[in-house]
Amino acid sequence: MYNDKVMEAFAHPKNVGFIEDADGVGKVGNASCGDIMEISLKIKDDVIVDAKFRTFGCAAAIATSSTATEMVKGMTVDEALKLTNKKVVEVLEGLPPQKIHCSVLAEEAIKKAIEDYRSRQSK
Amino acid sequence: MKEIYLDHSATTYTDPEVLQEMLPYFTEVFGNASSQHKAGREALKAVDTARERIAKAIGCLPSEVYFTSGGSESDNWAIKGMAEMHKDKGNHIITTKIEHPAVIRTCKALEREGFEVTYLDVDNEGIISTKQLEEAITERTILISVMFANNEMGAIQPIAEIGAIAKKYKIAFHTDAVQAVGNVPIDVKAMNIDMLSMSGHKFYGPKGVGVLYKRNGLRIGKFMDGGEQERNMRAGTINTPAIVGMGKAIELAVENMQANNEHIAKLRDYFVSQVLEKIPNVYFNGPKDMSKRLANNANFSFEYVEGESILMRLDMQGIRVSSGSACSSGSLEPSYVMLSIGVPIEIAHGTIRFSFGKSNTMEQTQYVVDQLVSIIDNLREMSPLFKEIKGENIYV
Ligand SMILES: Cc1ncc(COP(=O)(O)O)c(C=O)c1O
Ligand SMILES: [Zn+2]
Repeated sequence: MYNDKVMEAFAHPKNVGFIEDADGVGKVGNASCGDIMEISLKIKDDVIVDAKFRTFGCAAAIATSSTATEMVKGMTVDEALKLTNKKVVEVLEGLPPQKIHCSVLAEEAIKKAIEDYRSRQSK
Repeated sequence: MKEIYLDHSATTYTDPEVLQEMLPYFTEVFGNASSQHKAGREALKAVDTARERIAKAIGCLPSEVYFTSGGSESDNWAIKGMAEMHKDKGNHIITTKIEHPAVIRTCKALEREGFEVTYLDVDNEGIISTKQLEEAITERTILISVMFANNEMGAIQPIAEIGAIAKKYKIAFHTDAVQAVGNVPIDVKAMNIDMLSMSGHKFYGPKGVGVLYKRNGLRIGKFMDGGEQERNMRAGTINTPAIVGMGKAIELAVENMQANNEHIAKLRDYFVSQVLEKIPNVYFNGPKDMSKRLANNANFSFEYVEGESILMRLDMQGIRVSSGSACSSGSLEPSYVMLSIGVPIEIAHGTIRFSFGKSNTMEQTQYVVDQLVSIIDNLREMSPLFKEIKGENIYV
């Protein structure tokens, strides 16, 4: 049911882990609904220089975590805020319809990490 | 790459011996079993042989065997046919929370038509309380439907005890024995079973064929209107090759039951002990007393990881299993069977069923253990729920 691109991202995910001295961390989802995603970002002069993830979830959740973290590296925070789950799914060349909700988590986790970064900045 | 099939509760391959027996009925003996000419009579003869084999396997009369398209149809027919025929007598049905959807959803459909259904709880190993069953019976109860063995964690219900209760109160007793036939000895008369569902593809027979056993004397509504096949109870041209295959399959399964179960249980028991020894934070679901579960079944919930990911990683290594994962179903609920036995919801998401078959080997089993250990380890590394601190697992 998954295409080769999704399977590859799931089999060999990039950016697995946690940035200990992250500038922003976003965690979304909960264990009872079956998907949790945590994204940590290293940000310099409003540019995302590193992104890592840890995900509890299905193959689609892991594949979108990997792809989304790849995509935001090098983006400014404003650009990253515009990243939608649709674009992540496009890069993965599609997900089965019942799996689209899993890709929303990546978008939300990145937004939350940037919010966290901004709230730290304003302190 | 290795190819290891551990999903025999989903379906089995058709045994080559079974297939051989079926083949002539596609091309040579292809007559319609209802036709009067020789081609038809030969087909009918083969169907009769299959009917006798099935009757012998479960201890009923050939005239009590009705061929269907499989387990789902048999379940639907038994329950709806009973409801339709006896609705004047009562509108109450008793079943359990862990039935297959073919039973649960059939009961839900009847609830929408005004029936009342009691869904019995099970204990933390998946077994119902016969005391609770007896207490649930009312004047209006017309049917008790309790599965013989559960498809997810293999729990075997106290069927003879349930049959005795049903008999005492003169209530019809149906059992979905789709997972049990060929794996557990069944005697419908000794167990006081009035109706029983089975499905050919779960015991090395072909897909799309099943049986409803119905005790002579018990009246139920027809399943389909049409021709007068199956003693005018189930219309449709008889599926001769599939029925021949199922007859052969059940004969082989019963003949070799003990030897097969010994082999399968040995692999399963080794697998269970290895998983519990080598992987921390894992729950073994279902009966711990192996005599109360199907010999082929091992079911685990792995904490901190999600079932579909485990299934897909195993699949990449050539290992085929099932998960009770919610994510693929579109709903966010994990398996209702796991929740019914009290597995916490967040842990239920990490559930995998391994179901062994007669062709699996010890070497395969060892390979699966080794792969599983490294897959769980790897997925936990990736999980935000799992942090290993100085060898201690903490749940954050
Ligand atoms: C317990 C149980 N009942 C019913 C069924 C449905 O059988 P079939 O697929 O033959 O319709 C299954 C199959 O998974 C089952 O395990
Ligand atoms: Zn998911």
